[in-house]
Amino acid sequence: MILLSISRQPRRLGVVNAGLEIRMKYLCLVYLEKEKWHAVPDRECANCGDGFRKRGMLLAAEPLHPVETATTVRVRNGKVSVTDGPFAETKEQLAGFYLIEARDLNEAIQSASKIPPAREGSIEVRPVRELTP
Amino acid sequence: MAVQGSDAVHETVNAVYVSQSRRVLATLIRLLGDFDVAEEALHDAFRAALEQWPRDGIPANPRAWLVSAGRFKAIDGIRRRSRFDQLDETGPAAELATEDGDAWVEQESVEDDSLRLIFTCCHPALSSDAQVALTLREVCGLTTEEIAQAFLTPAPTLAQRIVRAKGKIRDAHISYQVPSPAELPERLDAVLRVIYLVFNEGYAASSGPSLTRHDLSAEAIRLGRLLVDLLPEPEAIGLLALMLLHESRRGARTNDAGDLIVLEEQDRSKWDQQLIAEGSALVQRALSSRRFGAYSIQAAIAAIHAEAPHASATDWAQIVGLYDVLLHEDPSPVIELNRAVAVAMRDGPAAGLLLVNAILDRGDLRDYRLAHAARGELSRRSGDVGQARVSFQRALSLTKQEAERRFLERRLAELPELT
Repeated sequence: MILLSISRQPRRLGVVNAGLEIRMKYLCLVYLEKEKWHAVPDRECANCGDGFRKRGMLLAAEPLHPVETATTVRVRNGKVSVTDGPFAETKEQLAGFYLIEARDLNEAIQSASKIPPAREGSIEVRPVRELTP
Repeated sequence: MAVQGSDAVHETVNAVYVSQSRRVLATLIRLLGDFDVAEEALHDAFRAALEQWPRDGIPANPRAWLVSAGRFKAIDGIRRRSRFDQLDETGPAAELATEDGDAWVEQESVEDDSLRLIFTCCHPALSSDAQVALTLREVCGLTTEEIAQAFLTPAPTLAQRIVRAKGKIRDAHISYQVPSPAELPERLDAVLRVIYLVFNEGYAASSGPSLTRHDLSAEAIRLGRLLVDLLPEPEAIGLLALMLLHESRRGARTNDAGDLIVLEEQDRSKWDQQLIAEGSALVQRALSSRRFGAYSIQAAIAAIHAEAPHASATDWAQIVGLYDVLLHEDPSPVIELNRAVAVAMRDGPAAGLLLVNAILDRGDLRDYRLAHAARGELSRRSGDVGQARVSFQRALSLTKQEAERRFLERRLAELPELT
């Protein structure tokens, strides 16, 4: 679904020329400490997503179960290995994401600051890149 | 167009390079949308100038000529590459070619380009190190080697820092814009912080490779002037004033051996009166805006020092008052410490010592060398030689600066022996 988005990506321009309306995709990763997993009511997060949707910015958004539920899959020498975890040392875990479209990083930062868990944990804003054919 | 001798033309091209190359670059970045492409275009444009100006004469508006030449060369290059890559004609070259032809030479938009460049280089999404390196590289035109030398950083590390910053600007799509009025205060803070950091890097160390470091202060002042020209916000004016007033004392801050001389003991006839006059006038301008902040207040304090003909004529009451305002604006234990020293100068060492001890007892500045140096100095003046020795020694163990170390050792040696 993510790859089928119809938005036009800038091919090689890093800086927007005035008048050229280019939309960029940003993945806003929500990080929270385990103790704060439910510190923000779901209602608020849903409202935030609705707000992005109304402004035509939302591509996808989902909350995640804690990292204890995670399974890691690797393929080495053609063999699939499955392990519990990962259990990194870091205190904050990936708790969910919002995939948004924005004009530039400034707009993405502004939007990220409106994601409710930003006040409890942190939001990592990552630009989405295009697969090169 | 005026045709001149070839040597004279070369000289003109050099002069234009010094005065205009950064502004041409700033506009080319906007037109071409990429730092590296713009830099290449800038060099192509100057190469073309060296070839064509001796033949055709110097254009009436060299900057517009250079922008136009750089833009043309870059589009040409992109077209050629596109053909090799067999890309369709809807790429950047087509976009650039269809853009209107005159907007980019208008005075207003060109000045905005310099501001766009400054704000982009100082974007808060870049690390502080990267902001400094990128600003010195792109806005000031220093080479990577010069920046590396000034910051005592290996050149490859610095080069990588710049490459990574440019990569982030491109990939994360940091836009080439002057911030909106709503964002301006915060974004301006970031720019001022970079400029002041560059200034302090050049000001704090006066031994070792002092020459290149002095250049950093000069670069910071130049940046400050540029910013005030482009965006005369009170705090930008305040920062420029602060830097000029500090700079005015440079000649008196150290002796021939490179040892630090404290403000009180400096030979004030060595202070640069022209810089003081300019700095003081800027302080007035910043304060009269009534929208001033921490830089302007610090500049006002520096101006009071600068205006005192000798140390004992310093208006310490006014300085304490300004520190009160500063503390209100920007509460921090370091400013509290400075205020305590000013109180000591106004009311005597015992009054100041009480405040310094209270700050240290709170534990906030336990590892801050200047807090212990202040406690040592005020203890010495109060006649408590034992405490003075302990505090100077603690400060000595915390300092990393050569000139500071020698200063503290001298202070220790001057203490009378305990009997």
